[in-house]
Amino acid sequence: MDQLSIIWQGLPSLLSGTLVTLNLTFYFLALGFILGIILALGRVYGPSYVKILIILPFERFFRAVPELVLLFLFYFGSSFFHINISAFIAAVLAMGFRSAAYQAQIFRGAILSIGEDQMKAARSLGMNTLQSIRFVILPQALRLSIPSWANEYAVVLKDSSLAYAVGVTELLRQGRYIVARTFGNALLVYTVCALIYFILVFAGNQVLKHLEEKYKIPGYEFKQRREQSVLERI
Amino acid sequence: MPEVILKVENLYKSYGELTVLNGISFQVRQGETTVIIGTSGTGKSTLLTCINLITPPDKGRIWLEEIEITDPKTDINLVRSSIGMVFQHFNLFTHLTVLDNVRLGLTVVKKIPKDRATAISIEKLNLVGLADKLNSYPAQLSGGQQQRVSIARALAMDPKLILFDEPTSALDPELIGEVLNVMVKLAESGMTMVVVSHEMGFARAVANDIIFMENGIIVEEGDPETMFHHSRNPRTQEFLHKITELYGGRPK
Repeated sequence: MDQLSIIWQGLPSLLSGTLVTLNLTFYFLALGFILGIILALGRVYGPSYVKILIILPFERFFRAVPELVLLFLFYFGSSFFHINISAFIAAVLAMGFRSAAYQAQIFRGAILSIGEDQMKAARSLGMNTLQSIRFVILPQALRLSIPSWANEYAVVLKDSSLAYAVGVTELLRQGRYIVARTFGNALLVYTVCALIYFILVFAGNQVLKHLEEKYKIPGYEFKQRREQSVLERI
Repeated sequence: MPEVILKVENLYKSYGELTVLNGISFQVRQGETTVIIGTSGTGKSTLLTCINLITPPDKGRIWLEEIEITDPKTDINLVRSSIGMVFQHFNLFTHLTVLDNVRLGLTVVKKIPKDRATAISIEKLNLVGLADKLNSYPAQLSGGQQQRVSIARALAMDPKLILFDEPTSALDPELIGEVLNVMVKLAESGMTMVVVSHEMGFARAVANDIIFMENGIIVEEGDPETMFHHSRNPRTQEFLHKITELYGGRPK
């Protein structure tokens, strides 16, 4: 059978797999983003018992356990508690929590790099802690987070392929089906999968790069031209 | 005599073993300027940040008019919104334009509608001579301009008094004048100010009261004439002599 026609006929299922992959990625990142910001703010501004009892154990656990193990724990482990959750939800929880632990570190680093002076100025105006965080700290911290967050986006998108292991029909599983159904060329089909992942990561990073550019603070631009001229002189 | 607006009574603050404030008491009258001087590390800045509880004191009481700031039941955010603070390193919000820096407190804390807040902000920026920089960002301004924006930010809140923490110490010598001029203008307009500074020319010209601090206590306090010419304390004399030699009596 003509190899190219296998890809051509398999394209609709590959694309529907791509949609599932994008869906997974969106939920991983969204859960990780919201929870990550809460964890980071808790680490920096929260009372120490919350840090010691909740935040640190959570972060340590989800950073230390491999994602595949987390996935199995959530999917197969849930039945132990007589809870039935779909493979999709299990994946979202396992990978979303994992991403939250990582994103928390990204945001915490950004918040700490802003320094205490900004908080002092906000509090001196009479803002409470939440107002200071919302109007002064987070707008700056989020800007600083974009470069590292682009990394996390790439990691999360690629790791969505692990959901294959619990039966979510995402991109990689659709590829696997095509290979099995058509006795087709594994190299070719998986190369197309790889290409789709590459395009998604590349496009996403372009969007983030654009955001970084759009929201950069005037006067704080990296003095690229001057740096170059110094390098040229060496 | 004008009435007392700020009263500090027996203030103590330690960081572990290090005692920074060791029983400070003083008061400031409506419309007067108090300048606090002293060598580095004697607790001057800590004293200022204790007044609006940005640094909570260990012991002692502070009143702003009839409100006791140190009373745990006092709404500290409300008190802070009526005490302006100007920092050594300006502490402008780097991600906001000049206009937004001045306006933020009005819209967020005082809940003033945006157009009214904009009008107030522009009026205050005009007062410090920066109405043409509304849309600039702090990093695009000189240090002197940034400090004037931060004074406008404090003024916009319509404060009962303004605390200045070494407002000119981080500035290039040639930018100090523009900030001091604004401060002189403020003092003359009747704003109550507490200023930590090494600018002896400013102190001499504007201060109603000079407080000399060392090792967490007030060594001597008096009007400029007394402090500069009739001080009875040898440490005050020595310090003022040195600092005047170093910084000079910069003309007004």
